[in-house]
Amino acid sequence: MIEFDLEKEGVRGLNSRLQALAPDTNERKWSVLNPMGAHAIAVGLTQPITVEVQGHAGFYCGGMNQHAEVIVNGHAGPGVAENMMSGIVRVKGNASQSAGATGNGGLLIIEGDASSRCGISMKGIDIVVGGSVGHMSAFMAQRGNLVVCGDAGEALGDSIYEARLYVRGKVQDLGTDCIEKEVKPEHLEDLARLLERAQIKADPKSFRRYGSARKLYNFNVDHADAY
Amino acid sequence: MDKTPQTTPRKSATFDDYTLSEIRRAASTGIYDIRGGGAKRKLPHLDDLLFLGASISRYPMEGYREKCGTNVIIGTRFAKKPIELKIPITIAGMSFGSLSAQAKEALGRGASLAGTSTTTGDGGMTPEERGQSKTLVYQYLPSRYGMNPEDLRKADAIEVVVGQGAKPGGGGMLLGQKISDRVAAMRCLPKGIDQRSACRHPDWTGPDDLEIKIMELREITNWEKPIYVKVGGARPYYDTALAVKAGADCVVVDGMQGGTAATQEVFIEHVGQPTLACIRPAVQALQDLGMHRKVQLIVSGGIRNGADVAKALALGADAVSIGTAALVALGDQDPHWEAEYQKLGTTAGSYDDWHEGKDPAGITTQNPELAARLDPVLAGRRLSNYLKVMTLEAQTIARACGKTHVHNLEPEDLVALTVEAAAMAGVPLAGTNWIPGRGGNY
Repeated sequence: MIEFDLEKEGVRGLNSRLQALAPDTNERKWSVLNPMGAHAIAVGLTQPITVEVQGHAGFYCGGMNQHAEVIVNGHAGPGVAENMMSGIVRVKGNASQSAGATGNGGLLIIEGDASSRCGISMKGIDIVVGGSVGHMSAFMAQRGNLVVCGDAGEALGDSIYEARLYVRGKVQDLGTDCIEKEVKPEHLEDLARLLERAQIKADPKSFRRYGSARKLYNFNVDHADAY
Repeated sequence: MDKTPQTTPRKSATFDDYTLSEIRRAASTGIYDIRGGGAKRKLPHLDDLLFLGASISRYPMEGYREKCGTNVIIGTRFAKKPIELKIPITIAGMSFGSLSAQAKEALGRGASLAGTSTTTGDGGMTPEERGQSKTLVYQYLPSRYGMNPEDLRKADAIEVVVGQGAKPGGGGMLLGQKISDRVAAMRCLPKGIDQRSACRHPDWTGPDDLEIKIMELREITNWEKPIYVKVGGARPYYDTALAVKAGADCVVVDGMQGGTAATQEVFIEHVGQPTLACIRPAVQALQDLGMHRKVQLIVSGGIRNGADVAKALALGADAVSIGTAALVALGDQDPHWEAEYQKLGTTAGSYDDWHEGKDPAGITTQNPELAARLDPVLAGRRLSNYLKVMTLEAQTIARACGKTHVHNLEPEDLVALTVEAAAMAGVPLAGTNWIPGRGGNY
């Protein structure tokens, strides 16, 4: 494990070292000390390395990640794992708003709660939240899975496209064009796989599924009241 | 002979033919009018300014002989690799999806031949565009359609789009008929459905967040790329100041004559400010911050010829950007296709239903048969010719004003033909030394 003191060497120092690693590097495990809420920690990574952030992270930790595993042993600020393409980002604490925003792939795990707009405009990422998510989560969500083991705030899945939402607890209300859907065997399999990968214990059968009613996919003036 | 004289039938200026037709259309369909392009109404514009030229007190440069520079360097504030363009005219962001792949390739070819940059759009970067664009600016938009770090690193600059002049504060909609398999795949959405482009970014709000977002983009791209911030012409003074505060290398201000692929007519014509009204406030913001010529300013929205270029530069811009005019140079609105425009219920020069994907010129379409009408090599050459003509025109004016570089043009070289233009541009009304709003005698 390579220790990197962020307070001494700064975010630029960290990211430039991590981004310069070759595919065959043997420097595969990193521990980031003294993060103190710094922004853009471990962004734009491209190699299958593991980076553990020993404390809280600010905005955009793990942003645009490809292949790497980023673990935050604390809380994460807004936009954690934003636009992630692949790899894993795990937040041991809570995450602020817009977690996993526009993510294309990979797995984001938030062991605690996530704030508003979790999974906004997600495009293929899988997100598993151990706790609850705030309002407007999965807004305009296009593709991927959002699994919420706790509750969901108001307007869940507003203007959703093809993403799949699973919530175990209470949903305050559903957003425009988002409806509850039947949980079929294939969904139980997806859920079991995601929970296992996230290392979160929960019974897939205890979740309800939500998705798009697809009524707003093409403009129709008779649906104008929905906008 | 006893016939009582009748007054001539008179149409209302308020309820003119266009207004009546729009009321009838709305009543019939129940849907607001959506179209492409920018504001069509008559607005105060750069035409309302004139250059004074040289005189006894101003010494001109010899046309065709004495050097008049046109290059511009963008990104000198923070970027490790600023970009240098041969001419101060760039190609604005227009999406693959809105435009055909051939049109995007032609824009890249034309810009590269002329020594300038082109810009991606909502929907991501295509290989055709990257391959043919020597200098490519990658737009970072609220929808993040097609956004990925690989393309971000392939770009020569990044443009964070906050808004555009045709619809400040509005998102977009690419209607289902233009969503081909390829467009759908790039946007991670099903084929054939309307694709909404968000009006605000999903992971930041406000200038403090924008500063952090720009820092993240720089971290991901090794601080190499110039970062632009593009705003619609709403509050140009404050938006420019906030973009500078957030760390932009370059600010793009797009006035309401700037085009869009598809937006509500009411939005295009009634939200935002004319380009002419945006330039001086943006320049003033840069000057107040001590950042004029350090953070570059690009102005867009209704730029058509070298006179427009020269006037925008004289008012303080570092470069201009063109979209609609570039499409016309490629072949859009060409009378050659008049018979087909007529079939669509319009005429060459008025066609603006770009969202329907039926463009006879093969530019604003995803229909393979229509798109194949545009030869990217020939269209690219046409664009290059046009860009070179605009540059020559701007040089001609600059030399006449005694300038050895187009950036040496200044407000003092200009007068305004109308009180409105004088007030907006901050130059004297012709024949006076009166700048409305700034005192002086008249």
